[in-house]
Amino acid sequence: MLNFMQKFLNHFFKNLFKSKKNIKLGLYGPPNGGKSTLANRICMDWLGEEMSSVSNVAHETREIQIKEQIKVKDKKGKKELSFNLVDTPGIATKIDYEEFLKSGMKEKEAKKRAKEATKGVIDAIKWLDDMDGVVVVLDSTKDPYSQVNITIVGNLAARNIPVLIAGNKVDLKKSDIKKVQAAFPQYKVVGLSAKYGKNVQDFYDTLFKVMK
Amino acid sequence: MVTLQFVPYGEIADLSSVGRIRMLLNIAKENKIVLLQGRLRKEEETELIQATMEEINKEFKGIELAVIDPNASKSGGGLRGFKDGLVNGLLGNRSGMTIIGPASIVKEIKKDPTKIELMTKDKRNGKKKKNGKRK
Repeated sequence: MLNFMQKFLNHFFKNLFKSKKNIKLGLYGPPNGGKSTLANRICMDWLGEEMSSVSNVAHETREIQIKEQIKVKDKKGKKELSFNLVDTPGIATKIDYEEFLKSGMKEKEAKKRAKEATKGVIDAIKWLDDMDGVVVVLDSTKDPYSQVNITIVGNLAARNIPVLIAGNKVDLKKSDIKKVQAAFPQYKVVGLSAKYGKNVQDFYDTLFKVMK
Repeated sequence: MVTLQFVPYGEIADLSSVGRIRMLLNIAKENKIVLLQGRLRKEEETELIQATMEEINKEFKGIELAVIDPNASKSGGGLRGFKDGLVNGLLGNRSGMTIIGPASIVKEIKKDPTKIELMTKDKRNGKKKKNGKRK
């Protein structure tokens, strides 16, 4: 009960003093879903510069990255959405340094990467409470029913945080956006290719609807 | 050999969140696959992931996690949803099953509407081995 009251008061005061200009939009999801690629796409589109480094090896982002004051406009250029973009490390339930060795990494480097990745997952979860809206970035070529995806979305729902699901990598043959939509029928799902910019305008328009 | 340990919900019902997570994680760290009756709270699921990350070392590589909740698609709004929410809030969610397997043994858990597939690691040659389990 005491815990509940504490949470309620924290939430109340956080919202009371929060300026609309300081909206935090988080990019969450499993490793290698394309969170950083999407972050770079958003930053290139609206700031003209990239935000994070990307790689085919999982857990490239191991620290929270923030880009402040991004202003996105709708299709007609009338409405504006201003937010701080938070790119988070991929959430996983297991991290094995031996997996990194397969990509040609040396043992010492692989172990360091694994250690940083575990800390990154912990940080990403800790930051969940601070988000005003979240884009869950999933690889649309993979099984959307993985427990990590369901746990992230379930937690956001429990915290009443608006969610947009981005089914990334629609440029790939294996992409199945209908499967992603079927897995999360109660949420807005947009299929896009962050790498090639396919359907990105649709993503921004849906973001306006979710964050209103 | 793979060891499965069934944990009835009653065994965790009176524990704190930390106690529940500790208990389940300790079983997984003994290289056993946990079959928990029911499911943890949503917040506890993320706490379980956090706790797992804190425990990762040379021997323990993490877990594979799957929650099967037959009522998830049925529950919705209305009186039924309210009733289910109230019962789950008071007594805990005893429907369905949570599977927690150590990543050193369980390679992957696949779910589909009629069955659960648990892919275990074959230690001799590192290949996947399929173990099907009907719901």
